[in-house]
Amino acid sequence: MSADLRRTAAQLSRDLAEGTTTSVELTQASLDRIAQVDGSVHAFLALNADQALDSARASDERRGRGETTGPLDGVPIAVKDVLATEGLATTCGSRILEGWVPPYDATVVTRVRGAGMPILGKTNMDEFAMGSSTEHSAYGTTHNPWDLDRIPGGSGGGSAAAVASFEAPLALGTDTGGSIRQPGAVTGTVGVKPTYGGVSRYGLVALANSLDQVGPVTRTVEDAALLHTVIAGHDPRDSTSLDQPVPDFLAAARQGATGDLSGVRIGVITELAGEGWQAGVMARFQESVDLLTKAGADVVEVSCPHFVHALATYYLILPAEASSNLARFDAMRYGLRVLPEGVDAPSAEQVMRATREVGFGDEVKRRIILGTYALSSGYYDAYYGQAQKLRTLISNDFAQAFEVADVLVSPTAPTTAFPIGDKVDDPLAMYLNDLATIPANLAGVPGISVPSGLADEDGLPAGFQVLAPALADDRCYRVGAALESLLVEQWGGPLLDRAPALEGGSL
Amino acid sequence: MTATRDELVGFDDVLERYDPALGLEVHVELNTHTKMFCGCPAAFGAEPNTHVCPTCLGLPGSMPVVNRKAVESAIRIGLALNCSIAEWCRFARKNYFYPDMPKNFQTSQYDEPIAFEGFMDVDVDGETFRVGIERAHMEEDTGKATHVGGTTGRIHGADYSLVDYNRAGIPLIEIVTKPITGAGAKAPDVARAYVSQLRELIVALGVSEARMDQGNLRADVNLSLAPKGSDRLGTRTETKNVNSFRSVERAVRYEMGRQAGVLDGGGTVRQETRHWHEDSGVTTSGREKSDAEDYRYFPEPDLVPVAPSREWVDELRGTLPENPTERRTRLQAEWGFTDLEMRDTVGAGALGLVAETVALGAAPQAARKWWLGELARRANDSGVEIAELGVTPADVARVQALVDDGTLNDKLARQVFDGLFAGEGTPDEVVAARGLAIVSDEGALAAAVDNAIAANPDVADKIRDGKVAAAGALIGAVMKEMKGQADAGRVRELVLEKLA
Repeated sequence: MSADLRRTAAQLSRDLAEGTTTSVELTQASLDRIAQVDGSVHAFLALNADQALDSARASDERRGRGETTGPLDGVPIAVKDVLATEGLATTCGSRILEGWVPPYDATVVTRVRGAGMPILGKTNMDEFAMGSSTEHSAYGTTHNPWDLDRIPGGSGGGSAAAVASFEAPLALGTDTGGSIRQPGAVTGTVGVKPTYGGVSRYGLVALANSLDQVGPVTRTVEDAALLHTVIAGHDPRDSTSLDQPVPDFLAAARQGATGDLSGVRIGVITELAGEGWQAGVMARFQESVDLLTKAGADVVEVSCPHFVHALATYYLILPAEASSNLARFDAMRYGLRVLPEGVDAPSAEQVMRATREVGFGDEVKRRIILGTYALSSGYYDAYYGQAQKLRTLISNDFAQAFEVADVLVSPTAPTTAFPIGDKVDDPLAMYLNDLATIPANLAGVPGISVPSGLADEDGLPAGFQVLAPALADDRCYRVGAALESLLVEQWGGPLLDRAPALEGGSL
Repeated sequence: MTATRDELVGFDDVLERYDPALGLEVHVELNTHTKMFCGCPAAFGAEPNTHVCPTCLGLPGSMPVVNRKAVESAIRIGLALNCSIAEWCRFARKNYFYPDMPKNFQTSQYDEPIAFEGFMDVDVDGETFRVGIERAHMEEDTGKATHVGGTTGRIHGADYSLVDYNRAGIPLIEIVTKPITGAGAKAPDVARAYVSQLRELIVALGVSEARMDQGNLRADVNLSLAPKGSDRLGTRTETKNVNSFRSVERAVRYEMGRQAGVLDGGGTVRQETRHWHEDSGVTTSGREKSDAEDYRYFPEPDLVPVAPSREWVDELRGTLPENPTERRTRLQAEWGFTDLEMRDTVGAGALGLVAETVALGAAPQAARKWWLGELARRANDSGVEIAELGVTPADVARVQALVDDGTLNDKLARQVFDGLFAGEGTPDEVVAARGLAIVSDEGALAAAVDNAIAANPDVADKIRDGKVAAAGALIGAVMKEMKGQADAGRVRELVLEKLA
């Protein structure tokens, strides 16, 4: 008996149920795989081997007694390093939190542990989730398993790469402007950004509180539905958490997987295509739309005129909230403390300044300054206030579009994975990568990115995004699963099977 | 910064040339069981940093949840101050750095306070003065920093600082008046009466212990002077954390004199915060504060808006204490106080205290006697209001109950108060620790009486002859032997029995 890491979480769940593998085997196999390939992928910042194996043993014992906590009991998972994990270092990819071990678990982590899932470790990310490439991590870049010279997307590049490289069957990510979906697109994985408030944010180190959402990073739509079910639901510790019934994501995914979309109205967002969009990405998108049409969906074009302002709106609201959130990192209570050189008895301010100078990276400093400026008196109305108005207009665009369509679709990202270093000195070019994903965060609606194939020009994965109205996440699963089943049938197997083998790995 | 005395202008001279304008900001720490945004106990006096959690420590990832009871208290305070209650309001982040503020922003309310546009009628020497209330808003308290070393007790010059976050996150209501103008010579009295009456109201509402000595109620005094007859306001100073009614009055008086001195000398008053020095009765310069201080307020994205239903507000309106004037009339009738007794009680700021003491079971005259006698005297000796003594109605009611049940006599009761002021614990603890209870051991009493009779044969004879009035001498002797811890009535009975 051994664990086959190429199997999906749903398949592993069945293997565990049938006794053809154990959680300990699965967890050990994942840890072995990490040991083999993570040297070149660098998806993980910290491993949690002992605790994960303990948890796996507990799961196996439970199962031995004929008990399980649910379908994912015993299936290991990787967790983005922006989520607080009790007893396990949490850095947010920043030096300023180097060595910080939270005394508490994020609610999603509590739920994942409660579901019996061993936590393999913490995954790499852009510092404080600021970036679209995972190049802004203070602990080094993560590499795209499809091409190690390319970025894995960001900010959740570590979670996406861990799943794409078969180091972990499942991962948790967070999506503030696309940080689950865009890495999903460029690594050929599935990424879900749930409805705002659908998953607790308690314990998620906030980037921009009004935009952040925790979600699944997986290899199939069904797996995402399984994981989403574990983490969803009301949390009294997060007052923005919705006290609403959780839709049956799994049933929706299974319904979609039959390939029948008759009666489903699909709106293609006209603003999310055209100039600047890679031809190969657009070609895969168009084929996907055609497949959905063949599956019985009614496809219409819809216009969301204010989406052109989404990027600007986002880059006012996000830094404003972030600048306030990051104020607590003052070297006084936890994390890094740097004493200024050549000062005998430094003041609190001097220590704070020296620590932040070293502890925060360029992108973080850039956004703190932007946000501080946008909120400052005299500029508030011109920037933050205007951005909030635009945010409302963007929400209105969605509301109108959802009157004529059940879901909206677009490519997830305008390009495939770009080479490492290509945009790191050009923040504006980097920001453009999120232009299709950002509107959903501004409006709080759910979205999923599903692999749509490989772009002709570079042979790298492209993503297909499905957006639904708030609380209708199940629609994303239905349409996403339909597309996935039609494409996998066409490809003759999962897309990830076409990824090059990683050196040192033997799968 | 040392507390040097500025050149002061005499009070009457100030009023000849200037009109004072007052503004008061009072912070009230609510007595909710838990903190404003988390479930930690909001109790006072625990070991440092024992009532803390990720949320009130502002740890990364932690999130606030609004305490409904605190919102309820805020609404009741707003209603009692005749304010409008917002149908919809939000919390905002007030971004600034301070070592005892765990998130480096304070969750407060900005342009959307829960209560606004009210008033309170303040009695000053029988005259009613209407103080406009601009707003009452909710916020969280900060931690408490202790700066060790240095000479001033402030952060600058300190060797190190200790921070206790038990207080961080305790719900505060900040009540801000509109500028109070036209009080003239009565400005110091209006300020004192406002804070005193506000405290009485807060206590009556039961929303706070409102003890100024423990910082439950903290007043900031804004004061400015304008040339007499001008309709513009002058530059104001904000004297922070004035912690007694008397100091409120003194701070107003001092700032009037100080600012007049600056203006008379052709200078301009600096807009700044000032520190109040209780011992020397002066204010000193703190940090410069401009109107444009940039707190970069924006709505707190982690909290949903507060939208109290009108039904709830009406329900809370039904829980308000009665109108003060009606209440006085009613209490006087209930207690059977004479007009003079009632006026003294109100004048001493003891009405609420007496009422609470009576509510806890003490007879009205007994309650009045303690508050206006023993406690007023002690307050006067230490220069504070009786409400600020630290003795609660519950303490007084308990002492009186011990008198009523014969455990204490008045003399012993006064010793209990000594113990209370010395911080020896509750009345029962003081009685136990000091061994103050009246001796009820009949054997010991009888022996003491026998001793007294034997030692004073002349007196005994007189009593035997029917001169009962002479018993006092023997009772005195017995009491002396019993160190005052005997029931004088019982001793008298025993003396007369034995000499019958």
